[in-house]
Amino acid sequence: MAVKFSRQAEKEFKETLACYPQKEAALLPVLHLAQREFGVLSDEVLEYVAGLMALPSSRTKSVVSFYTLFNTKEVGRYIIRVCHTLSCALNGAEEVIEHIKKRLHIEVGQTTDDKKFTLLECECLGSCNTAPVMHINDRYYENLTLEKIDQILDSLE
Amino acid sequence: MEEKILLKYVDVPDIEKIEVYQKHQGYQGLAKALKKHKPDDIIELVKASGLRGRGGAGFPAGVKWGFVPKDSGKPVFLCCNADEGEPGTFKDRLLMEKTPHQLIEGIIITAYAVNCHQAYIYIRGEFSQAREMLEQAIKEAYEHNFLGKDILKRGFHLELSLHVGAGSYIAGEETGLLESLEGKRAEPRLKPPFPASVGLFKGPTVINNVETIANVPHIILKGPEWFKSFGTEKSTGTKLFCLSGHINKPGVYELPMGIPLRELIFNYGGGIIGGRKLKAVIPGGSSTPVLTADQVDVAMDFESLQEAGSMLGSAGFIVMDETTCMVDALANLTRFYAHESCGQCTPCREGVSWMEKIVRRIEDGKGQKGDLELLLDICDNISFKTLCPMGDAALGPVVSFITKFRSEFEDHIAQSRCPINKDKSIKVRG
Repeated sequence: MAVKFSRQAEKEFKETLACYPQKEAALLPVLHLAQREFGVLSDEVLEYVAGLMALPSSRTKSVVSFYTLFNTKEVGRYIIRVCHTLSCALNGAEEVIEHIKKRLHIEVGQTTDDKKFTLLECECLGSCNTAPVMHINDRYYENLTLEKIDQILDSLE
Repeated sequence: MEEKILLKYVDVPDIEKIEVYQKHQGYQGLAKALKKHKPDDIIELVKASGLRGRGGAGFPAGVKWGFVPKDSGKPVFLCCNADEGEPGTFKDRLLMEKTPHQLIEGIIITAYAVNCHQAYIYIRGEFSQAREMLEQAIKEAYEHNFLGKDILKRGFHLELSLHVGAGSYIAGEETGLLESLEGKRAEPRLKPPFPASVGLFKGPTVINNVETIANVPHIILKGPEWFKSFGTEKSTGTKLFCLSGHINKPGVYELPMGIPLRELIFNYGGGIIGGRKLKAVIPGGSSTPVLTADQVDVAMDFESLQEAGSMLGSAGFIVMDETTCMVDALANLTRFYAHESCGQCTPCREGVSWMEKIVRRIEDGKGQKGDLELLLDICDNISFKTLCPMGDAALGPVVSFITKFRSEFEDHIAQSRCPINKDKSIKVRG
């Protein structure tokens, strides 16, 4: 199946380019758009983005590998990122991670067999006042307790 | 009675909407700026206010703006640094989520002052809610002719775009931010040239933190003398102090500069969790040297914290109680810096990972004699030997933890184990 933006994504792509005096500056937003559109930034997708941006594909790969929010491998529908930097670590981040590992029967970095959840540790999410904190897809879950984690994971379809 | 500047209306319902914001003096600073002042007057007013950068370095904002050359013939850019990522810091997120128009108004005035017609907000990728708030607020600002062409019919025009990051601490370093905004890896640039002369797309560029810019409308509306009535002589205004860690009431507290740290922890923060004893505080985000419990009478302003051997930095105060193992805490921070090093400079790339391994092995009971000297030697070999301040940021905690809690490190090595009875469980907050 050939990789190609939908009509809506194509429109968004053009609007994004208009925000910058140089085309290549739009690379990060276009990669975000491609990730929303295709789920994973596979080699094929990165070639496609490189073509759109008139950049060598080595450039798109190099940029993607620098940032933590781009997925180049298959991930679950929900990516759980548990903050384990100092303020969260002082307030139970390890316990949060252990609990999720046991509940989902996966290690950090793995995806559940049903491809629903991927568990990751991450560095400071900038929400130290509500530690411990996790980030799932586009949302923060704050002031976590073990009960709250169970409720959150149960609530995700 | 205390008065707030930035968070004064934060609890007003719907303050994120432009109509409500306007009912609370919103966009009056902008109207005054465009109708009564020339761009240079704005720079002078901000200089006179003493406003210093709230991102960490504390550089006077008006002076920074004054560095922008007037005759370069190139377009000037303004970048609002909303890539808040310094561990312990979470104030900019609050400002963006609650009062996005305050920031946008500050951006428009700042752009007017430096003759900029294209501004960007570089926001960290995880901040989805702040991003949605800003998107909506920017749309409203365009509809009300605060952005776009001929703003308030005064002939000034400005485009404002949001640029969403993708997960990188170093993109918050100002030249890393510029690289990232140009669609590259966020690898910091060699300075000079400084961004004020050669910045984004090689044009003169001003980069300011969210909190810094959010102060600007108030300074224009009420004047520099009013602003200077808050804080100390050299650290003027209020500050958003971020309080986290082992504290009963963590949160963002807006207080005048110069308030004693003790008051923040024991009065506003409600003291240490579980009635335990205070052991240490990191005052300005994780990069700043740690303070011991007997240093909590220090005043929270740029000068006083510097005199105490640390920095106000981004005012991210991380409180650690008596159950904290300082070796474990340092292992956590060195892991952070090892993860976030961009890898350009050998001393930072190799040195910080090496430090992480050594601190971790001390915590794991495998420390060796000479490890502390080795750590300090590595610090010495990183210090001032990297392109950007990240190398020095990484060694701030290492040097200060070892210097101030040396016996704890020595005990770990001598006993080949961690002797501290740590409590890192999820606490139930009162």
